[in-house]
Amino acid sequence: MNKQPSRKEREAALEGIGTSRKRVEDPRFTQGKGNYVDDIKLPDMVHGDFVRSPYAHARIKKINTEAALAVPGVLAVLTADDLKPFNLHYMPTLAGDVQAVLADEKVLYQMQEVAFVVATDRYSAADGVELVEVEYEELQPVIDPFTAMDKDAPVLREDIKDAKEVGGHGPRKHPNHIWTWEAGDQKATDKAFKDADVAVEEMISYQRCHASPMETACCVASFDKINGALTVWGTFQAPHVVRTVAALISPLPEHKIRIIAPDIGGGFGNKVGVYPGYIMAIAATVVLGIPVKWVEDRIENLSATAFARDYHMKGELAATKDGKITGLRCYTLADHGAFDACVSASKFPAGLFMICTNSYDIPNAFVSVDGVYTNKTPGGVAYRCSLRVTEAIYMVERMVDILAQKLGMDPAELRMKNMITPDQFPYTTTFGLQYDSGDYPAAFKKAMKAVGYDKLRKEQAKMLEDFKAGKSRKLMGIGISTFTEIVGAGPSRVCDLVGLVGTFDSCEVRVHPTGAAIARFGTKSQGQAHETTYAQILSTEMGIPAADIEIEEGDTDTAPYGMGTWGSRSTPVGGAACANAARKVRAKAQKIAAHVMEVSEKDLEWDIDTFRVKGAPDKAMTMKEVALAAYSNVPEGLEMGLEAVEYYDPPNFTFPYGAYICVVEIDTDTGETAIRSFYALDDCGTRINPMIIEGQVHGGLTEAFAISMGQIIDYDETGNVIGASFLDYFIPTAVETPVWTTDHTVTPCPHHPIGAKGVGESPNVGGVPCFSNAINDAFAALGGVHTQMPHTAPRVWEHAKELGLVA
Amino acid sequence: MASTKVSLTVNGNEVEAEVDSRTLLIHLLREHLNITGPHIGCDTSHCGACTVDLNGKSVKACTVLAVQAQDGDVLTVEGMAAADGTLHPLQQAFMDNHGLQCGFCTPGMLTRAHRLLQENPNPTEEEIRWGISGNLCRCTGYQNIVKAISQAAAQMNMKEAAE
Repeated sequence: MNKQPSRKEREAALEGIGTSRKRVEDPRFTQGKGNYVDDIKLPDMVHGDFVRSPYAHARIKKINTEAALAVPGVLAVLTADDLKPFNLHYMPTLAGDVQAVLADEKVLYQMQEVAFVVATDRYSAADGVELVEVEYEELQPVIDPFTAMDKDAPVLREDIKDAKEVGGHGPRKHPNHIWTWEAGDQKATDKAFKDADVAVEEMISYQRCHASPMETACCVASFDKINGALTVWGTFQAPHVVRTVAALISPLPEHKIRIIAPDIGGGFGNKVGVYPGYIMAIAATVVLGIPVKWVEDRIENLSATAFARDYHMKGELAATKDGKITGLRCYTLADHGAFDACVSASKFPAGLFMICTNSYDIPNAFVSVDGVYTNKTPGGVAYRCSLRVTEAIYMVERMVDILAQKLGMDPAELRMKNMITPDQFPYTTTFGLQYDSGDYPAAFKKAMKAVGYDKLRKEQAKMLEDFKAGKSRKLMGIGISTFTEIVGAGPSRVCDLVGLVGTFDSCEVRVHPTGAAIARFGTKSQGQAHETTYAQILSTEMGIPAADIEIEEGDTDTAPYGMGTWGSRSTPVGGAACANAARKVRAKAQKIAAHVMEVSEKDLEWDIDTFRVKGAPDKAMTMKEVALAAYSNVPEGLEMGLEAVEYYDPPNFTFPYGAYICVVEIDTDTGETAIRSFYALDDCGTRINPMIIEGQVHGGLTEAFAISMGQIIDYDETGNVIGASFLDYFIPTAVETPVWTTDHTVTPCPHHPIGAKGVGESPNVGGVPCFSNAINDAFAALGGVHTQMPHTAPRVWEHAKELGLVA
Repeated sequence: MASTKVSLTVNGNEVEAEVDSRTLLIHLLREHLNITGPHIGCDTSHCGACTVDLNGKSVKACTVLAVQAQDGDVLTVEGMAAADGTLHPLQQAFMDNHGLQCGFCTPGMLTRAHRLLQENPNPTEEEIRWGISGNLCRCTGYQNIVKAISQAAAQMNMKEAAE
């Protein structure tokens, strides 16, 4: 006789929430069978490539395409004039501005798209690009954002020079001004500063950098003239949004547009927006009637596809002399480049910058942001963070250290003194955000204990003594970051995209007669392993083994409408839709089980994978058995089948948090930094797959390391983009990357069906200030207050030199 | 553009293709032979997504001309598993240790790790880190990749000792 499986065995067979289930994506990726966009090959497919501007600001006098068209294999060369009759030379941006698809009369940044060459293969297309002759008249560029609103600054956007506002964000002060956004109580905050014992102020710049996923942006567009149907395979983090935008700007109705995001080779926010390459591939396939592929190369990716950050924040903190923070003020100048293509919810041009009060109980705050145009690449994507969250947290975490320095207090003590305590939850910030749950002091204490904080400070003091005595040239720095994130955008009452669609998300579950299932989602994985983890949520909720559940995303013809994956929203929003859809399935299954077993629905209880009759536990039906009954024997009045759809509009954002501590040693003579250790404690609520969470934290920390220690997209004074290739742009290798120590606490989110908060972006948001604080901390006792990122060896050496520490 | 016939062995199969003399090895593999495991991540030989084995050496296929592979022996990730489908210990170890996320760098990373273990069957952690430093990954932070390579090395050595 077969032994009945134990409870534990039944639970293990599900591989549900909390198990480190191995990834189901891996067999294809480890055997070269991933299906990325550039792997797609269609009959008659041709290739598109861009002619790009060498100048940052210039008038286009003439474009001669004759020589290019004579190249064997070149089929067409398209310019703005070809797009104008269809009104396609500009496209709407997520920020409510427009962006040139091909430069219209003027170029506004180096590497801007000027013409699109279509040829039978990529080599011929490149040949054609070389031979397109463009005559330019150079104009004076605006490169420094601080000069953009000067009286005599050249007007960059002639297309909107008379527009009173852009994106509906209120009056513009200057033709190069986009909008001003403010939040908080200015009067009360000014008073707090007036009454303060101590106040500190510092210009904190978060440099322009780039998410630079391993796979660049690309697409294949294919128009079927007979059926009037367009299919686009592309690197899209939000495929449904792309479909809706395409329907709005083209004569094609939405049901004739199919957007497919196959496997994506990393996104990190870089693949949320719409780029000219997508539009041109679509325009070309419509004109030519054959499929068109566009794949950007790395230099194009780094120099022309959306940047991140470029926020220049004048931070201020007010406090009592014993270290209670009483006010926060921040004025930000945001460099948006030539078009406002920032990725943001339409009511929040500066994203969720209100998170800047962070984990602290700060009673008064006021923030103001001015967005300006410059002759640089448009963008403003949230590079592995929620909208403008990493900027806000970087500013406040640096300012807290600067305040501690001014007060002569340990930065850990100052943090502890100002942290929101567990009894204050739910806690409403001065900006009106409602933090749902957390125990910040417990997390921070655990972190300090794990690294031996007091001992580290003693060691640092000893090293400083040796340095001062001339016995050593090395300094030790200890960086702390205690952060709260805001992710899971978001409640549709406050959050939407392109002013049209709310930021809900969706899941559709269908259980087959034999008890296997398929589920489809409006989100889209770019490496986060949704195929693995969504199945875990479903298995726990429905009692069907994760291995028997297929997960599908990314095809707008089959997936329910959703906002895609960005801002750590898949678990908080998609994961909630997933759990709720599964609960609907289980509720229907319960009705069917009661009918088959001839008992009342109320008499049944759920036991892992089985409905049991209360008081008669042997009378039972497994979910697998119920699935079959759903297609053969349902109670009267109930539909056949077992499926459910959930469109989940979250009641609130989620607020993951963490406490990070980093130890560095700096060689003052070379400016080189050795990362001695990095400890990261994250609280992301309920943990679905610990293995994957740890992987996300490793990756996020590595990106934080890259940003803080080396990544910058810089421009010279004439607007040449500097360092936009992997020769110069810092992507850490395995050699430089530190070894990470991860840890966690668990505070479930009270408003999420399974208590999860999201984790992918925490390590970037918390990691950047942690590294930067460590570098600055090394010099704090020697008069250093703040040095700007990225902390490359030459910059750190310069800082040491300014402080008189090196000859 | 002059076209040339190239013949070579790819993953144990003899193949032939007619290519422009300027065609890169990566395009020969991906476009002409439909071997799409190796990827293109940078075009400047920094990222290593296109790494394959050519005549017993790791090469970045984006900076080798197809004609340079004439009569050569190429191994890509598609050729790593045994003929019966059993995964190479490295492929298995990457899955067991969460050594990949988006998967885009993985084929290059695996073929590089394969050659590394041929060159040094018993690498230290530092030697692994240096050994894969021509291959960039944006997702994993390398920690689990290093762990996976280390575990695969141990398994391969154990198997060899047993044989």
